[in-house]
Amino acid sequence: MNEKSLIMIIVGTALVNNVVLNQFLGICSFLGVSKQMKASISLGGAVIFVMTIASAVASLLYDYVLAPLGMDFMKTIIFILVIAALVQIVEMFLKKKSPSVYKALGIYLPLITTNCAVLGVALTNVQDGYNFIQCVTSGVGTAVGYTIAIVLLAGIRSRINEKDLPAPLRGAPIVMIAAALMSIAFMGFGGLVL
Amino acid sequence: MNIILITTLVIAVIGVCVGAGLVFTGKKFAVAVDEREVAVREKLPGNNCGACGYAGCDALAAAIAKGEAPVNACPVGGAAAAEAIGDIMGTTAGAMERKVAFVACKGTCDVTKNQGNYIGIKDCRTAVLSGMNITDCNWGCLGFGSCAEVCPEQAISVRNGVAVVNRKRCVSCGLCAKTCPRGLISLIPESRIIRVQCSNRDKGPIVRKVCSAGCIGCGLCVKQCESEAIEFDGTLARINPEKCILCGKCAEKCPAKVIMTTPV
Repeated sequence: MNEKSLIMIIVGTALVNNVVLNQFLGICSFLGVSKQMKASISLGGAVIFVMTIASAVASLLYDYVLAPLGMDFMKTIIFILVIAALVQIVEMFLKKKSPSVYKALGIYLPLITTNCAVLGVALTNVQDGYNFIQCVTSGVGTAVGYTIAIVLLAGIRSRINEKDLPAPLRGAPIVMIAAALMSIAFMGFGGLVL
Repeated sequence: MNIILITTLVIAVIGVCVGAGLVFTGKKFAVAVDEREVAVREKLPGNNCGACGYAGCDALAAAIAKGEAPVNACPVGGAAAAEAIGDIMGTTAGAMERKVAFVACKGTCDVTKNQGNYIGIKDCRTAVLSGMNITDCNWGCLGFGSCAEVCPEQAISVRNGVAVVNRKRCVSCGLCAKTCPRGLISLIPESRIIRVQCSNRDKGPIVRKVCSAGCIGCGLCVKQCESEAIEFDGTLARINPEKCILCGKCAEKCPAKVIMTTPV
């Protein structure tokens, strides 16, 4: 069993091994939904919500069903299945019980179902041999890291939009360059946690 | 062999559990949706342009179903959508003629003297905010095409320094009218083809100095008009669409040829 302390896990997943800028997971929504600050904050909220629940359920499922039965090789498929269904159920539940939260998260909940970062964190947790509490902490940390990255990029993009850029750089190219520079900047956290 | 069997069984069990769970929560947490809302949403164009003032087509459909918005609230769907929605809601849509955007400026690069010193971002709103001298005429089209940028249908293009509307493509969403910092664009009924294509309210000599296609306020059109449809707002001719009989006599006499008679 891995004996990392929870604070180390949070810092490690949120900053050092940032899911977007260091592991390059969830790039599609990172680039797609970062046009507006408001939307990116909503998406970040939805990711924190879904990733926490997904990593908790995936951890339980692995510890009590997959590992005892020796079905380690099926974990990817089963995680996909369970996470997708889980998000659907959570969405229905929210729609009925808490319309205000549902409105705030809006269309981002079903979008996240297919976000590779969510599946990625569940699989990484299992690989690292985390226990239940560590899994949940790692889920929260990763999601916070994702939110930090997407909100930062949204801020940068809103400033880029005001600038008079050379024509070939307008649109996607400058966003790629900005994301690459952010990724390099995040390498500065490298020595914090092993 | 054993492991294949176990795997199949476990996945089958998980699948059944998940399916049953989804059906159960779907039933238990079903939110009653107004049937009319779904029907209305199907009749809306689905552009999600926000021209109606709501967040999107879904939001407008909800508002119409609740009776908060009129059935003809969607400017893009026009009369056809309004009628279909009116049928669903059980009210009549009322007469609604298609409207098209109209740019009240004719100051192309040939007729205006452009002595501006503006060198900043090529965007009308930014340019106006900068307070620099962009065109000599302080009322006319800047020609940076902010209206063309916001148009969801690419119906506006800047030709020779002035925004031109493609009337066939226009869906009368009104986004261009909201964007134009000089307020040159308005939505007018499609059949009202006689319009004054100038917005300059300066006095005649000043207008003539900066643009040879501007309204100089001579008043000849008023004398020609048989239905008293033309009024002067300061020194700028205005045509009252309700009185205008589309005879076109004003346009013939206009010395600056600023009254337009054919749809552009």
